Amino acid sequence: MAGLMAGYGHYTHAVVRGIPASLAKEALRSSQTEVDLAKAVKEHEAYVEVLRTRLGLEVVELPADESLPDCVFVEDAAVVCGDTALITRPGAESRRGETEAMKGALKDLNLNIVEMTDENATLDGGDVLFTGREFFVGLSKRTNQRGAEILADAFKDYAVSTVPVLDGLHLKSFCSMGGPGLIVIGSSEPAQKALKIMQQMSDHRYDKLTVPDDLAANCIYMNLPSKGHVLLHCTAEEFPESAKVLSPPSTFSNFVSLTIKHIHPQSWQEGPPSEQPNWFSGLDLKSTCLCCCSSCPGL
Amino acid sequence: MTTEAGSETEVKEKAEESAAEPDQSEKATEDSQEVANAEVEEKEKAKVKEKEEKEGKGISRYLPTWLKKQKSQSQTSPTKEAPPTEEPVSKVTQEEEGPAPEVNGHAEEVEEKEEVKSEQVKEKEAETHSNASADTEPAKEEKVEESAEKSPEETKETTEGEGAEEETKEKEGAVEAEGEAGEGQTSIFQSPLRLVRKNKMKLVVCHVTLLDGTDFTCEVEKRAKGQYLFFKVCEHLNLLEKDYFGLTYQDNHDQKCWLDPTKEIKRQIRSNNWQFAFNVKFYPPDPSLLTEDITRYLLCLQLREDVASGRLPCSFVTHALLGSYTLQAEIGDYEPDQPRPLDFISQLTFAPNQNKEMEEKILELYKSHRGMTPAQADTQFLENAKKLSMYGVDLHHAKDSEGVDIMLGVCANGLLVYKDRLRINRFAWPKILKISYKRNNFYIKIRPGETEQFESTVGFKLQNHRAAKRLWKVCVENHSFFRLNAPEPPTKARFLTLGSKFRYSGRTQAQTRMASSLIDRPAPSFERTSSKRTSRSLDGAPMISITEAGRESAENGREPHLELHSDSKVTVVDVSPGDAEAMLSQHSPGSSELGPPQSSLRVHGDNIYVRHSNLMLEDHDKTQEEVLKHQASISQLKRSFMEAPPPSPPQPNQWEKRLTSSPATIRLQQQQVVSVPQTEAATADNTTSDTKEPAKTTEVEIEETVVVQEISRAPKPGLVTVAASPPAAPSAEQEMREQEVKVQEEAVVVEEAKPRKEESISSESESEEEAEYHPYLPVSISHTQIPEEKEEEEEQEKQEEDKTAELQVLASDASSLPAEVIQPAEETSREEEESRKEDDTETEETEKTTNAEEEKEVERETEESTDDPMVTPDEAPNGLTLPEEGVTVIDAHAEEEEEPKMNGEPSLIEAEPLPQVICCSEPPVVKTEMVTISDTFAAQKTEIATKEVPIVHTETKTITYEAAQLDGNGDGEPGVLMTAQTITSESLCTTTTTHITKTLKGGLSETRIEKRIVITGDCDIDHDQALAQAIKEAKEQHPDMSVTRVVVHKETELAEED
Repeated sequence: MAGLMAGYGHYTHAVVRGIPASLAKEALRSSQTEVDLAKAVKEHEAYVEVLRTRLGLEVVELPADESLPDCVFVEDAAVVCGDTALITRPGAESRRGETEAMKGALKDLNLNIVEMTDENATLDGGDVLFTGREFFVGLSKRTNQRGAEILADAFKDYAVSTVPVLDGLHLKSFCSMGGPGLIVIGSSEPAQKALKIMQQMSDHRYDKLTVPDDLAANCIYMNLPSKGHVLLHCTAEEFPESAKVLSPPSTFSNFVSLTIKHIHPQSWQEGPPSEQPNWFSGLDLKSTCLCCCSSCPGL
Repeated sequence: MTTEAGSETEVKEKAEESAAEPDQSEKATEDSQEVANAEVEEKEKAKVKEKEEKEGKGISRYLPTWLKKQKSQSQTSPTKEAPPTEEPVSKVTQEEEGPAPEVNGHAEEVEEKEEVKSEQVKEKEAETHSNASADTEPAKEEKVEESAEKSPEETKETTEGEGAEEETKEKEGAVEAEGEAGEGQTSIFQSPLRLVRKNKMKLVVCHVTLLDGTDFTCEVEKRAKGQYLFFKVCEHLNLLEKDYFGLTYQDNHDQKCWLDPTKEIKRQIRSNNWQFAFNVKFYPPDPSLLTEDITRYLLCLQLREDVASGRLPCSFVTHALLGSYTLQAEIGDYEPDQPRPLDFISQLTFAPNQNKEMEEKILELYKSHRGMTPAQADTQFLENAKKLSMYGVDLHHAKDSEGVDIMLGVCANGLLVYKDRLRINRFAWPKILKISYKRNNFYIKIRPGETEQFESTVGFKLQNHRAAKRLWKVCVENHSFFRLNAPEPPTKARFLTLGSKFRYSGRTQAQTRMASSLIDRPAPSFERTSSKRTSRSLDGAPMISITEAGRESAENGREPHLELHSDSKVTVVDVSPGDAEAMLSQHSPGSSELGPPQSSLRVHGDNIYVRHSNLMLEDHDKTQEEVLKHQASISQLKRSFMEAPPPSPPQPNQWEKRLTSSPATIRLQQQQVVSVPQTEAATADNTTSDTKEPAKTTEVEIEETVVVQEISRAPKPGLVTVAASPPAAPSAEQEMREQEVKVQEEAVVVEEAKPRKEESISSESESEEEAEYHPYLPVSISHTQIPEEKEEEEEQEKQEEDKTAELQVLASDASSLPAEVIQPAEETSREEEESRKEDDTETEETEKTTNAEEEKEVERETEESTDDPMVTPDEAPNGLTLPEEGVTVIDAHAEEEEEPKMNGEPSLIEAEPLPQVICCSEPPVVKTEMVTISDTFAAQKTEIATKEVPIVHTETKTITYEAAQLDGNGDGEPGVLMTAQTITSESLCTTTTTHITKTLKGGLSETRIEKRIVITGDCDIDHDQALAQAIKEAKEQHPDMSVTRVVVHKETELAEED
């Protein structure tokens, strides 16, 4: 409680949800590639194992719901910052039911639950970037102005700036936080454009880390009490060039005591990375990681 | 031009004020009166000061400034009636006056000034002759101008005033008559009319609601200016850091308005409801930088009100936390045996939607604060409150171009655009080229982005023209306060230009921080009362007790101050160098802001490096520019003197400021304070320069001086710069007239910068309902703009011409001083980077020239050039940044000329040359930097000035650096010399002097490391490499610190010159 705006708090919990069998056929997707369900499940298991064992997080696993094919992407269901959890109203109608289980789980973690009841509001957690100092909300196909307003109302301490997302699904489809004050951004034109807008809108200064592949910009940064700074990012097999950039020697050298871990679901499996672009990366740390003491970065 | 412009601006103001406000006419009269008063006050103050000095600085130091003022004023008041004894006394008073005003804010400054005064007095006396003439003359000129311009206004005002207030009418009529007469005749101002007025003046009871909810009652003359009342309130509160605060009133439309300190209260409130509120006007972004706990306490009170009322939204947890700190600060430790703490808490208001749950949370947190002192609790409160996204954001309702309801938020960083609760756009101050309003439209002109070619203008619709003007004013004030090192002088009216010439007249944050750092009184004891919880007795009585005479005197003094402020625009102009500096400072701190977004991402170190190289280039350019500026400033000075009406006001203001403590007091005080250090520094610099010069001449090699200042706070430099301009007088006192001249030159440079702004500011609008404001842009910005605008080109050409002339002169004089001068130029050059590169060669030559010769020559040149500069100013008005620069240059010349005249000594001459060089580049920026340095090493700065004869700006900067060197010698008064080491290598002789100064300000320790590296070699040296090396080393040694400034002074001896 002490520091209301401590920026990034310590990550203590992670909320994940199982992969329903319906994911392969019914889930919303932008590309028409096929999903190897077995591999996906395997990857996910490995991912959860890393969170639990290697990172020592308290992992809350929600059971998969066959009626919610996209339920594995928990990031979109809630935004957690500090002691407040905003239960979103996902832009895709088929996903609205995902919030129910999430709400229960977050309630059990003693978070203050704020629900988005306005029927005109839509918000996907994937459009919410919390930098530790402020929020950026992408106005996308899934998130609208009203949803952003409700988020601003839920987190009054912080500035909430809107960023148009013209390309891609979510704001965080091409960017994420790579550390305190560090934004990892894709090199595509829409990504760079969005970054410029964010820079213009902000009173704070951020360092940026540009990675060749937009998808590789979807990382998870965690500040762990026991491990220090941890960055989960893509593997070299998936995005060789981006992985290079994200590796410790190059860009992160300026971060004090920054420990970088190569962890990516796909690294544990040799399956075709083709179809699941932001899948695992989509496993939202946002709702995944809840911090006890102060704030939780909205990854 | 100036005269015309002035008239225009006035007209604009009139119109803007919706014809209801006859302020200008009154102001004119007041101004004249003020001038007279100021003179008297100055004399009085001088006397008082002298007394104080004699008696011993000790006591006076600890006395609240206002006490001093009161005394002086009260004493003075009777004397005031007697016509001012000008001449020596006045001169002395002027110097003293400068401090006196400051005294109000800062006793320390006064003290310092006093010390210096003795020395200065002598110098000043010499100057005073010039000043005295200037004072009287300028005043006359101003008066005349004012009368001419005001006469129409006055008529308007009178009519308006009559409608509003009968009593006022009488007074006004009398005043106006006086004013008119006075305007025609300067003597009249001082004449009995005023006295009569005073006697006749009716007193009005003002009710001021303080932040703790209590009411403060105070009697003021009906014609008193806002500043008088404000000072009264601050005095009552025992508040020294008052620049963050202001008084508000409700206008006829129930809109909260800020009381303009420079205008009569009566003219503003437009009703007989003399009800005001004391509020925070500028929320310090980092309250921990405030010096005194009492200031923080008052800020806390304001924020508690903001939070409780919902103006400052925050989350449940934040509400609880802030509430808990509030309890700890106001009640102390939680008492376990207290019966029903919750009941008590529930009686207090912490949040708009306070509930039991929140109160329980507050109590829970409150218990955990046990052992925390009230001051600590306040600090914690502020540390949390300052992070809130809406902290310090002043919201205004508006509509965008499509008619959508939005909110415009003005804050320290710029202008924010909100739709509902969402931030949809943001315009940082550095991105804004111009702020203007026309009727109910509010416009901001945006600097083009990296990929854009043209600037764009964004328009918003306000509810009415009053709202638009209010927003515009708030923008002008916030920008000036947070972004400038010194306030911009009021716009000089351009031909036929209408609109408000309103400018922020108070101290900037940089200045107030500077001033605050000099506060040297035991922490005042004050009682923390829970706002609105405990009813306190009204403390207004003492104020009322003030005798009429005292009031009169006070008013006279204050009014002059106020008037000076308006007039002081000129003085402000002096400050302008500071502004330019501010611009620089802005850039440096928020490199990201200046540069494209991408730049922000870059590593700071790299940026710095780049800048250095740029600076080097700029330095050269600057020298030329400085020369031009010199000329311009001289011309401006001439104009001001020569051209009685329009131009004169600004100049008179400057003079007045110098002479009178009151109006200019705030600024002047700051300046003076700074000046003292500068003078010291200048002396040191001179010495150093002398030593250096010989070495240079003999060796004739390239000297690169890299000063890496590692300062935790970037803004400070700006403060210093401010001081620098005013300090000129003090410096002269101490050492030599030359030093004084230097100071003056610095001031001139500042003025130059201001003129630029003014020009840019000059509005095109036709009616009162329009006004423009050009935020000072960093030099770099101006450069970028220049290419686009024809005007800029013209200016450049002119500047170049001037520069060349100056450079030649300088070249003829081969002096060691030039090298020092160059350094300052380099600093400026950083800002001006590119343009200056060309000038480098020239500057080098100038450097080579001897100081004395150069100075003399420069003086001559400057005088000659003045005419040319006059022309340049006209061009500058075009509004382009480049033109602005040209204008600024002109101003500098004018000032320089004045200064030399006053001093009449060779030193002045020296100073002039320096200013010239500076003029070319971005003198203002440099100046600020210089000033900061000077603060730390004030005593040793003098040397620089002499060296930098050609460039005023450079001089200051140089001084600072030199001061550092001097410190290295072991004399650093402000700081303690920690280490000094000399490293000698084969072909390069590198001397590194590291000066580490640790100062405690308001409980915060600031460590400033200044490193001077002198590389002497006969052959080519890789400057970039040397710089990079120096910076790298500095960064390695102090990884936690940032390099805020690197000044590279390159001296290249020309065989030819020798």
